[in-house]
Amino acid sequence: METQRTPSESSERRPRREGGPGGGRRQFFRRRKVCKFCEQKIGVIDYKDVKLIGEFVSERGKILPRRLTGTCSRHQHVLTVAIKRARNIALLPFASEL
Amino acid sequence: MANYELMLIARPDAAEEETDKLLAQMEGVVTSSGGKVGKVEKMGRRRLAYRVRKQREGFYVLFPFEGGGDTVRELERRLKVADSIVKFMTVRMDEEIQRAEKFKTRLSRQETKRPKPKAASAGAPEVEAPAREGQARSE
Repeated sequence: METQRTPSESSERRPRREGGPGGGRRQFFRRRKVCKFCEQKIGVIDYKDVKLIGEFVSERGKILPRRLTGTCSRHQHVLTVAIKRARNIALLPFASEL
Repeated sequence: MANYELMLIARPDAAEEETDKLLAQMEGVVTSSGGKVGKVEKMGRRRLAYRVRKQREGFYVLFPFEGGGDTVRELERRLKVADSIVKFMTVRMDEEIQRAEKFKTRLSRQETKRPKPKAASAGAPEVEAPAREGQARSE
């Protein structure tokens, strides 16, 4: 993570960034998100593993979108099935109050 | 014949012998139709994520077995009738495991096939090289 605000370096780096979308404001460095399941090579996402699955559910009980979690499409698909199963057997809420 | 996993929630206030009796019955159903029962796992008392039959807690039991569709039907019929059961769910496992296996073999094959990446950055100036690498990763 490099902060590009440091004055000595920014003079060199600026020009490269300028052309990008969003203009001047988007200077923070966004880490690329990698699919957690691909990384750990999890093939079967178990609906009983509430601890794991719970990470991909919002506070409200909604399934988090891929753009937030970085899950790949293959695993997002398996994950949604697992979450829905967990909901069915009352391991996860369909909707939880805030 | 297929692999199934049946999860059931018993009332927390029901006697344990009662659930044991029911489980024994279920085992009888499976084996009498030529199936096999796996390792029955009592997951214990858990808070339910939402209220089911006015219960906020439940006693979870996992009942893996091998059998046909008729076995599933019979088991579910029995569970529906049993008073101490709050909820149950049967899931077929073999297809999913097969798919996962395929995925895994593909992953490992990819890894062996993939040529060693990043050998080109040797000639670049020292300050620039790491920065560029960081950039590429952020894309």
